[in-house]
Amino acid sequence: MTISREDIEKVAVLARIRVEEEQVSALEKDLGNILDLVDQLGAADTESVEPMAHPLNAVQRLRPDEVTETNQREAFQAIAPATENGLYLVPRVIE
Amino acid sequence: MHNKSVAELSRELESGKISSVELIRDYLGRLKTEDEQLNSFITITEEQALADAHAADEQRAAGKATPWTGVPFAHKDIFCTNGVATTCGSKMLANFVPPYDATVTANFRKAGAVCLGKTNMDEFAMGSSTESSYFGATTNPWGLSRGEKRVPGGSSGGSAAAVAARLVPAATATDTGGSIRQPAALCGVTGLKPTYGRVSRYGMVAFASSLDQGGTMARTAEDNALMLNVMAGFDPKDSTSIDREVPDYTATLDEPLKGLRIGLPKEYFTGSLSAAMEEQVRSAIREYEKLGATVKEVSLPHANLAIAAYYVIAPAEASANLSRFDGARYGYRCEDPKDLLDMYTRTRAEGFGDEVKRRILVGTYALSAGYFDAYYLKAQKVRRLIQQDFINAFKEVDVLMSPTTPSPAFVQGEKTSDPVTMYLEDVFTIAINLAGIPAMSVPAGFVDGLPVGLQIIGDYFSEARLLNAAHQFQQVTDWHQREPQ
Repeated sequence: MTISREDIEKVAVLARIRVEEEQVSALEKDLGNILDLVDQLGAADTESVEPMAHPLNAVQRLRPDEVTETNQREAFQAIAPATENGLYLVPRVIE
Repeated sequence: MHNKSVAELSRELESGKISSVELIRDYLGRLKTEDEQLNSFITITEEQALADAHAADEQRAAGKATPWTGVPFAHKDIFCTNGVATTCGSKMLANFVPPYDATVTANFRKAGAVCLGKTNMDEFAMGSSTESSYFGATTNPWGLSRGEKRVPGGSSGGSAAAVAARLVPAATATDTGGSIRQPAALCGVTGLKPTYGRVSRYGMVAFASSLDQGGTMARTAEDNALMLNVMAGFDPKDSTSIDREVPDYTATLDEPLKGLRIGLPKEYFTGSLSAAMEEQVRSAIREYEKLGATVKEVSLPHANLAIAAYYVIAPAEASANLSRFDGARYGYRCEDPKDLLDMYTRTRAEGFGDEVKRRILVGTYALSAGYFDAYYLKAQKVRRLIQQDFINAFKEVDVLMSPTTPSPAFVQGEKTSDPVTMYLEDVFTIAINLAGIPAMSVPAGFVDGLPVGLQIIGDYFSEARLLNAAHQFQQVTDWHQREPQ
């Protein structure tokens, strides 16, 4: 299975990873090889097979709706790239 | 001293023959000089280790010692350590100092073990050679004396190399597709990937959440059992952790193997496996027959689909997990982002290495509109077929045995040009993660002076039986005691 330049550009946007023009050819080859490998799946007869999500078929546990965490905003924000007045700073979104 | 196991060091500390402070000083001194040529550590936590050793000696004097009190070990740099950098081998997390401990970290702390630092790994645990680390490749101690620079395997290559080189007697590791067993095999140490859900994933940087499992690495099976005693158990902070009693894994090590039924999956003795490797593995299996085990051939008919299923499921889950690295709250952020999208896309382009980006892109593609059914859903169905193969096999036998890898440690750079060549390194280990069952790699001989691993695979929650089988083998062989020169 081949993956086109357009596919790679589209997926890069979805994945929020900037891909430079000169990287596309190498990605076309590498991702194409990986998808070739993956295409072996087509050989399997999976008619009437249930997809598997958890090896032991465990389901999500629910816990009582109680406060168990204390506020650690300062500890968390101490490792942030940029903060101000307890808020995380990112580039302006609305002009 | 550095050749002693965790069990032996523990006895020496208990007898008062040596203090933890003396022991830790000795290990730190050796680590700082010997690791220059291996690069098995990303961070060495000297001050903290000495402080912990003092505290351990006090605990022991107060009669409050566990088997781990004052014993050195290391954490793979994927386990969050409060106040100590946790990089996951990535530029993205090079400056990340977690404000909390992983459950595994907390468990070792509670047991009084002394962590000497954080071991090197493939970036975000994606790799089989520890060459994709942002902090440089780790070199396998085997082959060094001949002037060869070989890979230690990966992704837990730092832990495996450090244990093999006697820099620490034990190290934690993680295994998503073979990342404990393959490096253990290539470095000649003993490693265990437990049943999915046996060890908490809380605070363990996520790669593929339905496959990731923390586990153990040490030279002896007994030390692996001592590690698992500390690591295993239910954790309400991990939503896929299993609530099930934890046995004392050391209690059953000495049980005889008479009557143990061993299955040899015929699909794991073909293809890329070299004749020399096969001979070593078959000779190890003959040792088991001498110990009273019986051997029969079994079949895992869907084995050849495991790599294909894995390279849909793992990248798909990785693409979702790694979306959290966006430059907003912690970790790397690009310089002078001009808007929010620019911050996301440049932070991720600059912060992630090539293999991580490839996997995110493949995973995003497999999950994107129009492809989900053909890739992800299909792979999850094949995953069930693979699991069913193992369930059927364990109706006939107690454990399965195979080589851990098709060949011994390869030379650095040999497999970096084509990602798919590297992926095939995990051909015998990946199906085990898809099924969620436990498996070990045990040193079983040498080919061209390089270690060979025997893989022992068990049914769900059979860790005690695997450790017992490995321990009994290590009573009649000394492959695990061989030291790289």
